[in-house]
Formats: sequence, structure tokens, C-alpha cells
Amino acid sequence: MNLTTTFCGLTLRNPLIASASPLTSSIESIQKLEANGIAAVILHSLFEEEINHEIHKIDYFLQTHSNSSAEASSYLPTEVDFDNLQSEHYIEEIKRIKAAVSIPVIASLNGVSIGGWVKYATKLQEAGADALELNITYVPTSIDMQGDVVEQMYLDTVTMVRQHITIPLNIKMSQAFSNPANMAKRFVEAGANGITLFDNPTRVDVDLELLTALQRANITTSASLSETLRWCAILYKKLPCTLCANTGVHTGEDLLKAVMSGADAVALASVLITKGEDEVKNILTEITSWMEEHEYTSIEQMKGSISLIHTDNPAAYERNSYMYALQHYRR
Amino acid sequence: MTERNTITVDGNEAVALVAHKINEVIAIYPITPSSPMGEFSDLYSSKGEKNIFGTVPEVYEMQSEGGASGTVHGALQAGALTTTFTASQGLLLMIPNMYKIAGELTPTVFHVAARSLAAQGLSIFGDHQDVMGVRQTGFALLASNCVQEAHDFALISQAASLASRIPFLHFFDGFRTSHEVSRIEKLEDEVLKAMMNNDLIAAHRQRALTPDRPVLRGTAQNPDVYFQGRESVNQYYLALPRIVQEQMDLFKTLTGRGYNLFDYVGAPDAQKVIVLMGSGAEAVEESVNHLVAGGNKVGMVKVRLALPFAVEAFLEVLPKTLKSLAVLDRTKESGSVGEPLYHDVVTALFENRDSLSFGMPTVIGGRYGLSSKEFTPAMIMGIYNELEKETPKNHFTIGIDDDITFTSLDYDHDFILENPTQFQALFYGLGSDGTVGANKNTIKIIGTETDNYAQGYFVYDSKKSGSMTISHLRFGSKPIQSTYLIQKADFIGVHQAVFLEKLDLLEIAKEGAVFLLNTPYSKEEAWSHLPRVTQEQIIAKKIKFYAIDGYGVAQKSNMGGRINTVMQTCFFAISGVLPQEDAIAKIKKSIQKSYGAKGDLIVQMNFAAVDNTLENLFEVDVPTQANSTHELLPVLKGDLSPFVAEVIGKITAYKGDELRVSQIPDDGTWPTGTTQYEKRNIAHEVPVWDADTCIQCNKCVSACPHSVIRSTIFDASLIQSAPAGFISKKAKGKKYGDNDLFTISVAVEDCTGCALCVEVCPAKNKSQTNFKAINMNPLAPIRESGIERWDYFLSLPKMDRSQLDHEDVKESQFLEPLFEFSGACPGCGETPYVKLASQLFGDRMVVANATGCSSIYGGNLPTTPWKKNDAGRGTAWSNSLFEDNAEFGLGFRLAIDNHNERAKGLLEALKSSLDGTLVNDILNAHQREEAQIEAQRSRVENLKKALATHQSNEAKTLLEIADYLVKKSVWIMGGDGWAYDIGYGGLDHVLASGKNVNILVLDTQVYSNTGGQQSKATFTGAVAKFAAGGKAGMPKDLAAMAINYENVYVAKVSLGANDKATVKAFVEAERYNGPSIIIAYSHCVAHGYDLKYGFDQQKRAVDSGLWPIFRFNPEKIQEGENPLTLDYKGPKIDVKDFMYRETRFKMVEKMNSTAAAGFLETAAHTSQALYQRYLSLHENYQPKNEEATL
Repeated sequence: MNLTTTFCGLTLRNPLIASASPLTSSIESIQKLEANGIAAVILHSLFEEEINHEIHKIDYFLQTHSNSSAEASSYLPTEVDFDNLQSEHYIEEIKRIKAAVSIPVIASLNGVSIGGWVKYATKLQEAGADALELNITYVPTSIDMQGDVVEQMYLDTVTMVRQHITIPLNIKMSQAFSNPANMAKRFVEAGANGITLFDNPTRVDVDLELLTALQRANITTSASLSETLRWCAILYKKLPCTLCANTGVHTGEDLLKAVMSGADAVALASVLITKGEDEVKNILTEITSWMEEHEYTSIEQMKGSISLIHTDNPAAYERNSYMYALQHYRR
Repeated sequence: MTERNTITVDGNEAVALVAHKINEVIAIYPITPSSPMGEFSDLYSSKGEKNIFGTVPEVYEMQSEGGASGTVHGALQAGALTTTFTASQGLLLMIPNMYKIAGELTPTVFHVAARSLAAQGLSIFGDHQDVMGVRQTGFALLASNCVQEAHDFALISQAASLASRIPFLHFFDGFRTSHEVSRIEKLEDEVLKAMMNNDLIAAHRQRALTPDRPVLRGTAQNPDVYFQGRESVNQYYLALPRIVQEQMDLFKTLTGRGYNLFDYVGAPDAQKVIVLMGSGAEAVEESVNHLVAGGNKVGMVKVRLALPFAVEAFLEVLPKTLKSLAVLDRTKESGSVGEPLYHDVVTALFENRDSLSFGMPTVIGGRYGLSSKEFTPAMIMGIYNELEKETPKNHFTIGIDDDITFTSLDYDHDFILENPTQFQALFYGLGSDGTVGANKNTIKIIGTETDNYAQGYFVYDSKKSGSMTISHLRFGSKPIQSTYLIQKADFIGVHQAVFLEKLDLLEIAKEGAVFLLNTPYSKEEAWSHLPRVTQEQIIAKKIKFYAIDGYGVAQKSNMGGRINTVMQTCFFAISGVLPQEDAIAKIKKSIQKSYGAKGDLIVQMNFAAVDNTLENLFEVDVPTQANSTHELLPVLKGDLSPFVAEVIGKITAYKGDELRVSQIPDDGTWPTGTTQYEKRNIAHEVPVWDADTCIQCNKCVSACPHSVIRSTIFDASLIQSAPAGFISKKAKGKKYGDNDLFTISVAVEDCTGCALCVEVCPAKNKSQTNFKAINMNPLAPIRESGIERWDYFLSLPKMDRSQLDHEDVKESQFLEPLFEFSGACPGCGETPYVKLASQLFGDRMVVANATGCSSIYGGNLPTTPWKKNDAGRGTAWSNSLFEDNAEFGLGFRLAIDNHNERAKGLLEALKSSLDGTLVNDILNAHQREEAQIEAQRSRVENLKKALATHQSNEAKTLLEIADYLVKKSVWIMGGDGWAYDIGYGGLDHVLASGKNVNILVLDTQVYSNTGGQQSKATFTGAVAKFAAGGKAGMPKDLAAMAINYENVYVAKVSLGANDKATVKAFVEAERYNGPSIIIAYSHCVAHGYDLKYGFDQQKRAVDSGLWPIFRFNPEKIQEGENPLTLDYKGPKIDVKDFMYRETRFKMVEKMNSTAAAGFLETAAHTSQALYQRYLSLHENYQPKNEEATL
């Protein structure tokens, strides 16, 4: 049985990719994932905003009480060497991970400034990453900022990064666009080699005890798969890029649905966080059993088989299908 | 630029640069002002910098200077080139080992930043009392007078020690030299190597204790040989002066800088000569050169090798025309005929009186400059004038007005040595605004980038919040020898306009000086907001007035509250020290150098600040007439006693130098409760109470580090006389009726603006959750009404202490704090605990306070926070030393117990002549609860009334000590440096004593006061001085060690995590009739985050499991109960969630991510292990002393 697939120009032994998560932050864990059959890993993200914030804070707090008392010219050692100030060790880590595993290693970058994107993207390529995933999330809070401005910011970033690196570029895109399909198209035109559907942003919650807003990690379930399937299906064969299903893939069945909808690969995070690295093996077993039972011989064979252009029920992806679903329910 | 390698450094760095290069082992312990030498050495070693022998010196922080000297002794005996750095009390603690090291003829150098000793008061400042206190140990004493000499002599002393086998104490004046930033020529490694003789090093190594060549040292000797043994070393001391001179000569051939055992400066035919050593010699030389140029026949001798005193060499340098000599000692030896240098000079002359070519001169000795007291050309002129007299005053003092024993010399206070080649600039800044840092940087730019000489000296006031810093900067084409503060300034920068409200800062400005002011006002408004006196100075002296909104520009440049780069740029732009364009280029170059390590982001931010500054700096047009109506505000406000008004008032106004000897308390006894008069107005924003949102929990009152927020419940009838805007609300709680009103008031003038109160407030506004029941508001608009409300609040009756539940957080906060408005840092984590103790026990408490932050904010002049209540009772407080605090407090207990026993005995004896019931009630009184104590106090008052009519001696004695029949509470307070390290031996002994003392450890996990050096309390993975890569070892579990005694009350507490348990712990500890220890988590500026989140972080520390909280009460064992109460439920958040919110932990990740990951793992393990340890103790406690359970 042939499980191989392609993702962003990389050949993968199967469609299972470990998405950026705490599990992809240590060599031990990545090796475990590889042993369980994962086909590629996307490393935990480098957050430019966080790095900048930390540099500012450290600079501030190292200085702020200095030279304020006769007895203490400072309260912390200030002249130390910051070898990892801009996450230089992340770069080192990529080199070590590359040496430790044979599967493709994809670096992940979450940035805020054009300068920052380019600087870190270049560094990540130099470190030996097989591909780069950009996680661009901008939440406009100004009621005056128009959608096209936001879209242009995204596109400028992709264009700029594309100009500075040669390795494949994957865009993990937000679903929050008026027309995600058009946005995906423009990302590809700007230089993306792959599109991941979709980014899974943190959740906002309210703590009624503390009367405060909270941000929580968004652990998904199979129930979250719907939009992933819809847009894989819509985009299948429409763009010269690979598609990766990202939200809601927890089981072998989910994977099969995603691939049939048009995904080249699936990226797993929630399922690995909740069940551990061993779950990769279970999912692989599940899909091979299913394929054997249903006499499929390869992933390629089923890819996009239930997409917008190949399905027997295109209405399922469209708005008016809501009515159909309700009628169906009444019966 | 000169070709030689010049550097701009302070004295400490100048010494550390050499000492680190020529030693193999460095054992140290932090003490002001020598700490930076150890810190620099640690930094060099942590960066892998090697000595000239190719190894990285082992730098090791010990638990005390006693420990450091022992380690030095051991390392020397094992053959390593070894050094240490210390000062003051630290040097005294080294004395025993100094005898040993000298007795064994061991070459080493102790580098000492000479400092006063604690006598009637502690002083961190410079004089020679410490150095003169170790003259008898056998160490040679070599004095440096300036930064260059400190650099050079660090090498010469080491070379001479190796050659002579006599250990050296190389010293230089604390602060004046140790902290003066100056341009010097750096010694290259080639010079160090040439001076460090390999054969002599080999000989030292050869003498090492080694099993390969076993010998024995440290014998016990008997009457037959000990004496001869002491005399056997004479030859080494006799040879020493020659050896030192040889090393000085060799040094001259290598560097061109020549020194002699004594250096004479002045007219060859001088008749009047001053002899002295240390930084004062620079000022004398400067004055002598001025006088000689004017044709005066004066001279001076700089003493280099103070001990052994080389008589021959000394006599050699004296001019043949000599008539009179003044020998100056920067020390005080009460009761002696004269001070040491005077003694040596007199003896040298007297013993050679028959061979002196100039005959026996008149010799007078005098004291000057104690505790960095200014020593100026005016004073030097005064001394030369005295030498002119027929019978000059001997044993004089200079620089003070001694109106008791009339030792002081008169001098012309207005005399100023004009130095036209120097540019002199003064800057007044706030401790935390970056002014001093910017000025240090300015000196480096001018010293390193131009041909000018540069000098910087920095004066700080004694507060840790809102402290004023004064930077004294001199630049000039000639070497700068002015080792005194600037007396007339070409430039005055006032970086905080608020300073002008109380002080005439332009008094010191020269005619035509430049004045720079940081003010939020525009070009049009800036003038009118100046006080009248400032305007008058500007007009009278034709001062050029420039202004900038420094904070506005800093904010715009993303610099937060730091105006360092902004104000530095202003200085260069308008001072004319360098051409502007050149200066700006140099600032940018320096920014690149200073901040490059922190990345381009920070560099660009500073560049932007420079550019924004130039766009926003403006000159103010000066009218011809002053038109301001603002007069200077008084420095102290309120109902002042004459002493407070005259003495403390003068010190507060920076005029303390004018106080006469008779005005200073001779035994160091000062009144308490004086911070209330200072009204510093240092907060930009202060808390404002929202009564409608408030739930009346009193958490803000409890958290306030400066006792600024108070609450009370009072009768509604009183509200009629309240000022407008005074808010109150019906009191919540079953105890209170309809007529009981609750209010919260804020001492707006005493607030530091830390906002800790806002963060701890649990009540949110129901419509806008970003507002709480207490919110920060700008001070200016509410200052006057706030003062009125506060005064009214103070006039309300105090609540009845005996009616309040002291164990309850809310009720405990209605108790009057007897510790208020201290100078602690804004947001201090220690003072809420200190305040709590003062609320609960302050009116019957005596405190022994270890040296450290708590002794500084508790007892540093001019104003102090411990106070008394309306009844005149309050906390009696004293600081003995750093190392002996537990023992000091135990002494209090023993004395108080003795007074109590005596009083009880006398009471029994007098029973028949007194009211028997009263006597019995007093003798049998229980004094656990406040009401019981109050009842006893009332009985004792009745007893005293009765005794007043008795005539017997017993009755009189009992009357004197009757107050000891009321329970006294002995508290021993200090930080972790004291409790875990230097004072641990004593603390342990006191814990084992069984005596009723209460120990409060204010645990910041570092030596906070001296700048954040690691202690044994430091958390694993925290960066601290001497743990620059993050502390690798585990913190000591002091609580577990104390629990081990079983009869010690032990609590580990955190106000931020569990205030209920904390208050209980204080009450239980005090109640327990035996030793108690409370270890209190105290957040600190040394942790590196905004301290308004201090209590949040305290909670996280506990929730992460790294700061377990519990109470171990031995009383419960006696009741058959489990003594350990856990006040937390085990680790419930990731350790990272606590640690990575603080720079001390987070910065490790930025330095070494692998090490950081390892620390997190260890911390996670520790937090679980601690929980298991205490849980198991809680569940399975088995008393060791079975009888205790009966």
C-alpha cells in the first residue's frame, strides 16, 4: 500500500504531519514522533513579537533600578552575554533536530514586522529547515481599518519572505477572510508553495470569578473538521500548491475524509497533545486497515475524490445546503 | 588621542581589572563600597576571561567576610595566588585570619575600599577607620590616592608581597576613589607579566601544603618558643620598604609612572608641610600647586607605604627648610593621644631629633573627612593658615564645627580654588530615571573619545524610593585632582522639576552657566512654573535656560520612564563641551557599544530618542524680572519639635554639613516617627478610593508598603466636621451598626505611586472591569484636597485595639501602623510584613534589625519610619551589625526577662504594703490576647500610682521597672543574607535557646541592599550577582532546619498568596512562648519586574510549589495535635508560569536556552519534592520528644 504524498514540494512517507505544538519543541519528542511514523514535523513557532517584547522588558528591568543607590550600582548582573537574545538557540536546535531525524523538518515563524519576517526567515533557511511555515495572525481592533488593508499586509509579508528564501513556503492561513479561496489564490501568487487550512487561533474566554478576559489554547475535536473539509474541497485542483488540513483531524477517519476532500497532508496538534506521540501509530493503523478493507492502494488514489469538482453532491459545500440539511433532518 | 590604552573606569573596576589578571583564587563577600570588585571579578570569570597564567580565576562568594578570609588563607596555604576585596566591618571580620596569614609569611593582597566603622551609627562612606583597625595584624598597608594609583598599586602591592612574603592591604578611599569614574592608563598584560616574577610565584607554590612534600603549620606553641617565633619575622619587615621601592622603580621603567614610599610635592624650600594619605592627598596637591604658583612656601607629603612606616625614607623627603608639619588622619581613635599616622610621624621625628637638619619641627595632628565628609581646598588653606601660627592647635578637626571640645579649625568657607581649565557640570536626577547611568556614559565618551581628562562622582540620598542623585562631572585638558564635590558649576541639569520646589539648585551656578530643565511645560510656560528663587538666580547670573519634556520624548521613543538618553543628548547639544555634530555621533557610537548586546531593536530605540531629543529641545527666553509667586516649600511639615526642625530639617535640606557637634546626639539616640514630616510628594499618580465598588476587605491597606493607605470605622456623628470630598460608607460586617461608617484614606504626599494596592484589590467596578475599588489618579489635581482629607482622617478616634480580632486580615488592618512612610523602594515586598508586625505588636515591641535594606529604610537618616502611638508607646529599634543580629535580639530578651523577674520579685516582696489583689492579678496575669495585655497595662498603671507614694528603695526600683510586667515582644528582623548566610550560626543558636524571641526573615532570595548578590536562599535558576548564569544549586530549606528543633514555631508565609495564614502566623509566633521564626516571601526590585505585580508573583511562587507555605506550631504537639498546617494545596501551576514573569529567571533563557530548560526541569521537580516532604510531615508527624505529647 502506498501512503506517500507530497507537501510543499517535499515527498512524505504518509500524509501525517506533526503541527507546531509543545510536542515539536524537543528532540526527544520529535524522535518519538518519527518512530511512531510521523512523516514530517513543523517545529514550535518562533514568535517575533514575543522576542521583541522580551528584549524590551529585559533591557528595561536590567537598567531601571541601576545607579539608584550608593550601595547598589545594579540589582542584577547587567553585562552578561545574551547568546540567545533573538532565539539564536532555536536556530541551533533546528540543526540538531535535522541531524537527529531523517524526516523533513519544517520551521515555523510567527511575526509582526516585515523586517522581522525576513530576518528570521533567512536564519531559519540557513539553519537547514526543509521548508518554512508562516503563521500570520493579525487581529485588527480598529474599526477604521478596511479588510483590503489587512489582506495587503498579509500578501506583502509573503512576497517579501519569498524574495529572501529559496526553500518551500507554506502559509498557515486564517479562515477569517471574506473569501478564503481568493486569499489562498493570492498567497500562491505571492509565492506560497502550500496552504494550510486553517490556523487555529487561541480562544477568548471570560473568567466569571475574576471578571476578566482569558486566552485559552484551542484544543479541537473531530467536530471542528467541517470548515477544513469544505475549503479543501473547494480549493482542490484550483491552485498550483499543496493543501494541508489542519483543524479537527483526530482520527484515521478524519484523515481519510480530509484527503478525499483534497488535502495532500494533515497536520496534527490537539490529538497529539491530548493523546501523546503514540497516537500517530494508531491513526496510521486505522487508515491502512480502512484502505485494505475498502481496497484502496494509495493515498493518491483517493486524494480529492470527494472535492467540489469530483463530488456527487456539490451542494454540500454551498450555502443553500443548509436548507437541504434541515429537510433531511425533518425526515 | 594619546597612544596609550586609556580606559574610563571607577576605582573598583580599576583594581578588579588587575587583581583578576594576577590571581588564581578570589574569595569574596559583598560589602559596600567594595562589592563591585568582587562582582567585576565574577563577571570576568563567568565570561571565561583568563588571568596572565592562562587560567580562569576561581571566584567564590562565601557566607561572610570571616568565611572569605578563611578560604583565602586555605587557598594561599595550598599554593594559589589568592586575593579578596572588602571594607569596613568586613575587614574587621578578617582580622583573625590576617594574623594567621601574616604570621605564616604568606604573600597576598587584600584590596580594601576604605570605609567608616559602625559606632554611634553605621556609615557606608569613606574613611580609614577600618584600615587603621588592622594595623596590628602584620599586614603591610599601601595607600592609593586616585583611580590610576588604585590600578597601579593593585599590581605593585602584589609584586612586593611576593618579593617580601609580607601580605599587603592595598586600600583606597571608599566612594571617593572606589566609585569615582576617571580616565586612566590601562596596564597591559606585558606589564603585569613583567611585574609578576615567576621565580617568586614558584617559591610561593613550593611552600604550599601538599602530601608530596608534607610539612605542618598551625602548631600550638608554648611559653618557651612563641615569643621568639614572633620576633623571627622582623627581618622581613625591615627589608620591606626597600622591596616596595624596588617594585615601584621596576614599575616606573615599565610604565613611566614613578612612585616612592613617600612623595613630596611643593616648594623645595617649604616651611609648612601637610602629611596625609588617600584621596585627600589629591586635593592637597592641587592646592599646594596653586599656592606654590603664588609664591607660598608650602609642601605636602603623600604617604604611600603607611605600614611598615619607613622612617628613613620619610625623613629623606622632608624639605630642609621645614618648620611645621600637620599630619592628617582620616580616622578617629577615641582616647588616644593622636591618630596612627600622627603617632608614626611624631615617633619618626622624635627618635631622630638629634640628626634632623631642620631641627625638631612643630607637629600637629588632625582629623578630617570621616565618612566621606568633604575635604576641600578651603579646609586645606585653613590647615596651612593654622601652621602659620605660633602655637597651632594640635589634635584638631577640620571640616566640622566642634562647639563642645573646640577641636575644629576655622577656615574661610567661601574660598574656592578656581580652575579655569575645567568644565564642571552638575546633574540632579531621580534614582530610577537613568541620570547617573547616562552621566557615567558621558564621562566614558569624553574620557575615551577625546583628549580630555574626565572625572565623575555620584552622590545618592538615603531613600530607595524617589531618591535624588547628584552627578558631579568634571572635564579638562589637565589631570583632575579635585577630590571633592563641585562648588561652582558651568552646567546644571535638573532632570526632575519637582526638586526645584524645595531646593535652590542654582545657588551653585557660575555666572553665565547653562541650566537644563526636564519639564512638561512648553517654551512659553516653562519660565512661569519656576520658583521665584530659581528665576532670580537665572536673571542675576545671566544663566542660559534650556528645557525639554524629557518624559514626553522618552515615551515617544518607546523608552518608558527612562530619560537617560534624552537628557544625555541635551547635555551634549547645549553644553558646548564638544561640537554638537561630533557629540551626537559619539553618543550614537556609544549607544551601539552599550546596547549592541541587547540587539538592534534597543539600539534603534535609543537612536530614535537621540533624534527626537534634538527636535524637542528648546531655549527659554529669560525676562528681565522674576515674576513667579512660588516660594520654596519647607523641607519638613507639621508640628515639629525643635530638634526635628533644626537638626533633621537641616539634613533633609542637604545642609547637614552645617550642623555643629553639639547638635548631634552623642550616643546615636534619635527620635522616632520623623518620616511623617517629610511629605516627599514623589508619586506622579496616587490611589483614589471608589467607595461604591469597595467590599471593605482592607487588602489594599495590608499590601501598602509605605503605610499610606489606612482605613477605619467611626461614628456617623463625626462626619459633619469632615472636609468636602471625604467619603465614607456604612460599615459592612455583623459587628457594626447603622451608625458605623467605614472609610479609606490615602496619604497622598507620602505615596510612592507603586500601584500594588490596585493590583491586590479584589473588587472590580461592575460596569467597567478595568476599574477597581481603588484606582491610580494623577496627584497634582488632588494634592491639596487629599492633604485635607488625610488630616481629617488622622483626627478620627483610633479603633479600640482590644475589640479587634487580631488574627483576622481585615480587622488587623484597622490597627494603627507604627511603621510608616519608609524610604523603601516603591512596591517593596518586605515592608508590608514589617508594618503588619508594627500594627499587631508595635506598642510593646523592641526590634533588633540586621544590617541590610530593612535597617536602611528603617534607620537611615534623616527621617525614620518607626513611630509611637498617641499614648507615647511604640517600637524601640536598633541595628547592631549584619552578622550578630539574632544574638543582639536574644540579648534584648535576656535583659527584659531579667527586668521582669526582678519586678515580680519586688512585687512579691512589697505585696504586704500594696493592694494584695492587684499584686496577685499582676503576677498571675495571662497576656496572650490584646485585651489581657491591656488589662495588665491598666493594672500596672494602678501599681505605679500606688508605688509613687512609697519611699522604700524597693518601691522606687519597682517603679522604674514596673512596665516590664507588661508583656514585651522581642523581634529580630533581617534579610536572607543575614539569616541564611552571615548570621546563620547565631540564628541557629538563638533558635536552639528556647527563649521567647520572634525572628522575621524578609526573604528576597538575594542580598538586596548591596545589589542582588546570591544568598543560600536564591532559587535554582535565578540569575543573581555571583550566579550570573543562573544559580545551579538548591536553596537552603531554612524552615525545615528550624522545624527539626521541634520546639521552635516555624512559619513560611506569603502575604500575596495567603494573607489569612500570614496574619495568623504573626499572631501565633508572637504568642508562642519560645523561639519563633517567620520566613516571609518578599518580592524585590532585584527580581526584575514591575513590582505592582508583586503580590501576583507571590501567589504564583506558592502556586508553583516553589514557595511552600505552612505553619509549624509546637503548642499543638503539647495539645496532642498535628503541629504542621499546610497553607497551600501543592503545586497547581507550571513553575514556568511563575519564573518566566521575572527577569531574574527569564534572562537565563536569553543567555543559554539549554541551561534554562534544565533549570525549569529542576524547579518542577523541586516543587513536587517540597510538597511531598511537607505533606508527609503533615500527615505523619511523629514528635521526637514523646514527653511533649503528654
